[in-house]
Amino acid sequence: MRPFAYAQATSAADAVAVAGRDPSAAFLAGGTELLNLMRDGLAAPGLVVDVNAVPAKGISFGEEVIRIGALARMAEVAREPRVRDRLPVLSQALLAGASAQVRNAASVGGNLMQRTRCWYFRDAAMPCNTRVPGSGCPAIGGENRWHAILGGSDACIKVHPSDLAVALTALDATVVTHDRRIPITEFYRLPGSTPHVETALRPGELIVAVEIPAAGAGFRSGYRKVRDRASFEFALVSVAVSLDLDGGTVRQARIALGGVAPRPWRALAAENAVRGRRLTPDVLRAAGEAAVEGAAPREHNAFKVELVRRTVADVLERVGGGR
Amino acid sequence: MEEDAKGRFSRRQVLAASTALAAATTVAPGGARPAAAGAAPEIVGPGEVRVALRVNGQVRETLVEPRVTLLDALREKLDLTGTKKGCDHGECGACTVLVDGVRVKSCLTLAIMREGAEITTIEGLADGSRLHPMQVAFLERDAFQCGFCTPGQILSAVGLLKEGRPRSRDEIREGMSGNLCRCSAYPNIVDAVADVAEVPR
Repeated sequence: MRPFAYAQATSAADAVAVAGRDPSAAFLAGGTELLNLMRDGLAAPGLVVDVNAVPAKGISFGEEVIRIGALARMAEVAREPRVRDRLPVLSQALLAGASAQVRNAASVGGNLMQRTRCWYFRDAAMPCNTRVPGSGCPAIGGENRWHAILGGSDACIKVHPSDLAVALTALDATVVTHDRRIPITEFYRLPGSTPHVETALRPGELIVAVEIPAAGAGFRSGYRKVRDRASFEFALVSVAVSLDLDGGTVRQARIALGGVAPRPWRALAAENAVRGRRLTPDVLRAAGEAAVEGAAPREHNAFKVELVRRTVADVLERVGGGR
Repeated sequence: MEEDAKGRFSRRQVLAASTALAAATTVAPGGARPAAAGAAPEIVGPGEVRVALRVNGQVRETLVEPRVTLLDALREKLDLTGTKKGCDHGECGACTVLVDGVRVKSCLTLAIMREGAEITTIEGLADGSRLHPMQVAFLERDAFQCGFCTPGQILSAVGLLKEGRPRSRDEIREGMSGNLCRCSAYPNIVDAVADVAEVPR
């Protein structure tokens, strides 16, 4: 780990101001991601700004929005009874991520800023267009079992690792920074020819909260993560679903996929396939099929196409009350 | 300045360290070195900074660079080598400690971030010569072979029970999934935790 200077900020304004003094500055919350990035030579900030004393904590349940402070810890949000009760997809996604120790330390804001687990990105000795623009993407012709089947480009086929971000996409959340609001569907950038640009954040911009429309709390929701191990592993495929039901008919649906694209992938075609319908086996099958529309699997990850079809149908059926 | 620091300090680093110490005395415990209201946050490092860590009930001062993890500070600066360094990436759990009663991986947090927090390591778990019930259970269930992961397993298990009593062996397995055991003593580890949590077989 390269040496760095360190400052503790007690307000978002102070954090942003002090970070502005060094273009390489990084914000530090839980540390569970940044420390590994620095240790592995994937990040080398000259200044680390500890934001843990910034008042951006806790969860508030308003009439319009549920606001989660960026410094709320994953475990704290997952355990909150009103979250478990009203936003099961959020609680389930958080508990499916990392391990208990990491969930106790990792913040909501930091979770959204996780970098990809692509093994070529994580190995500083390898070329990687995300890490070193123009150096190439060994994943495209290499070991790509974990990689994207949707949203990738000729420059990059990474997948975004956050479970939380997938749940927040299904909940139509907004990321709140110190000076603006960004819908989660516009927060993450597809790689295109600039895979090093991963989010809409400007340098030095600080996430202070995540807001979820309170209406979503009346919807039925759920999350399923399919992975190589039963616990403490990233998703091969995950599915987050939020359904507004009128009896057995779907009034509105939001469906998001994890583990398959460089950003949480909103499956609009699958949403269209269920809207206004009852969740019959045919409709479930159609939704699964629609979710993989345009999929471009690589040599080692074609299995994800079928996994998405089945997992989408399964989660829709479970959340929709079929079983 | 400590012995190992002799001759290795620039004037700037010494100044930074003493300023930090001065600042630390003016704020309540719990906040390490946040600026007073209205003042810009103070920048310290990258050289060594004096940090006071409260470990196992004792306040211990030491000099660390900001980049030093809590794990390395415990082992290398405070000679508390019961906390083990396995993967140094947050994957194995051998470095698990309690911070303010909550289990975390000490390789994924900086020592300087934890000034003012109450840190419990395996050395501080027993009450004098009376072992913690989780330590007793690990002995009775023979819940280890080589023992390298054991301090982390025990602290993780203590933290797990503080989070709410697991109701089944499956919940214990899930709750302990952040601690790996290369000897694969898992069945006995689950037995030990189940004993203390009073989970039936």
